[in-house]
Amino acid sequence: MKYLSEFRNVSAAKILVQQIRDRATRRWVLMDVCGGQTHSLVRYGIEQELEEHVDLIHGPGCPVCVTSTELIDFAVSLSLQPDTIVASFGDMIRVPGSRDSLMQARSRGGNVKIVYSPVDAVLIAAKNPQSQIVFFAVGFETTAPATAIAILQAAKLGLQNFSVLPAHVRVLPAMQTIMEMPGNRVEAFLAAGHVCSVTGFAQYEPFVSNYKVPVVVTGFEPVDLLGGILRCVEMLEQGICAVDNRYGRSVCRAGNESAQAIINRVYMVDDRDWRGFGTISGGGYRLRSEFANFDAAKRFERCVQTVAVESLCRGGDVMSGRIKPKQCPAFGVGCTPESPMGAPMVSSEGACAAYYRFDPLQLEKPR
Amino acid sequence: MPGRIVRWIDRDPTFAKAVVEFAGVSRDVHMACVPDATVGQYVIVHAGIAICVLDESEAHKTLAAFKMLEEVDDEIPQ
Repeated sequence: MKYLSEFRNVSAAKILVQQIRDRATRRWVLMDVCGGQTHSLVRYGIEQELEEHVDLIHGPGCPVCVTSTELIDFAVSLSLQPDTIVASFGDMIRVPGSRDSLMQARSRGGNVKIVYSPVDAVLIAAKNPQSQIVFFAVGFETTAPATAIAILQAAKLGLQNFSVLPAHVRVLPAMQTIMEMPGNRVEAFLAAGHVCSVTGFAQYEPFVSNYKVPVVVTGFEPVDLLGGILRCVEMLEQGICAVDNRYGRSVCRAGNESAQAIINRVYMVDDRDWRGFGTISGGGYRLRSEFANFDAAKRFERCVQTVAVESLCRGGDVMSGRIKPKQCPAFGVGCTPESPMGAPMVSSEGACAAYYRFDPLQLEKPR
Repeated sequence: MPGRIVRWIDRDPTFAKAVVEFAGVSRDVHMACVPDATVGQYVIVHAGIAICVLDESEAHKTLAAFKMLEEVDDEIPQ
């Protein structure tokens, strides 16, 4: 496939692996913050291949995984209201709230629809004027423009029965939070390629200066990732802290300014609760007052109480890179994709799901 | 996966839409974030929306760098 298979070139990958091995004088700790990258690193055996030279740990790369339990409980309660349809992405409906997931709510009569795009939810609203359609808007900066476009379309169509439950999160504040966590081990970041397609990479320059940690923007194919890892290792070995872009075909310094303008027209940066992290300052978006009538959190009364649940799941520690998925005591024992205890095992972008799917055999000792 | 723009359907800034082909499969994609994209260019699509136009010259530069890596490797006696 054009611009895909070329970046899976086996001989180039082998050479890059050897270069990383040759240049690393010690085992460096690198964190990726994109579920797509986590999956590729595990799927193609890159993590195992480089095990002695690079410790690849996985950050909060999955927006579905970090969506707060309280918001899921709210979405569940909305789906059970008469004449209300909750629409969201397939992964989101399987993530457990404090009692149920949206999928379980559906089995109890809740009205839940899976959509491929937020604009599909606008079409559902236009076709069902007797129902309220609530789009559960999860995603990083990559997805925020799609939700913003859906809201702009609904506004232009004058739809009174469409709203969104905003759950969009921003990657950079989470990286800052990770750097400030006690015991943080991250020495360099592989920045999320498609987030950077939208935001650009200039935003990482102050971050790199403040935290003295190299950041390399990479794509998702094996050769992209290996090129990014090699650049991280080179910078760490030379004591250089800078931002480098190894995904030039999709990412430029300024990013996609049309997409940024659409986000900024509809959203403002706001604090947000991240599952496993707590409240992250500037960690998400809220709708601007001009679009407040599309905010489901304002349109509908929040009449649900979240209950604390005891669980063996250490999803929060997995998403902050403190442990790897197989070090969680629940991994593969009580927690599987068919019967997940935590969000990283549910979502197709979750780190636990990646290990379970591609590297499930050897369990490590829990920490 | 990058998809190739086959034809524009709608140029309205809010409802912009084009037919995009992915490995032989065509689908409608929302184009509001890439209003200047032209037929034949490749776009990256996320959640039904094109989020960027693929820079083909940058892609070829990267591929040329891989090629050079392989050539240099061939010259080194094993």
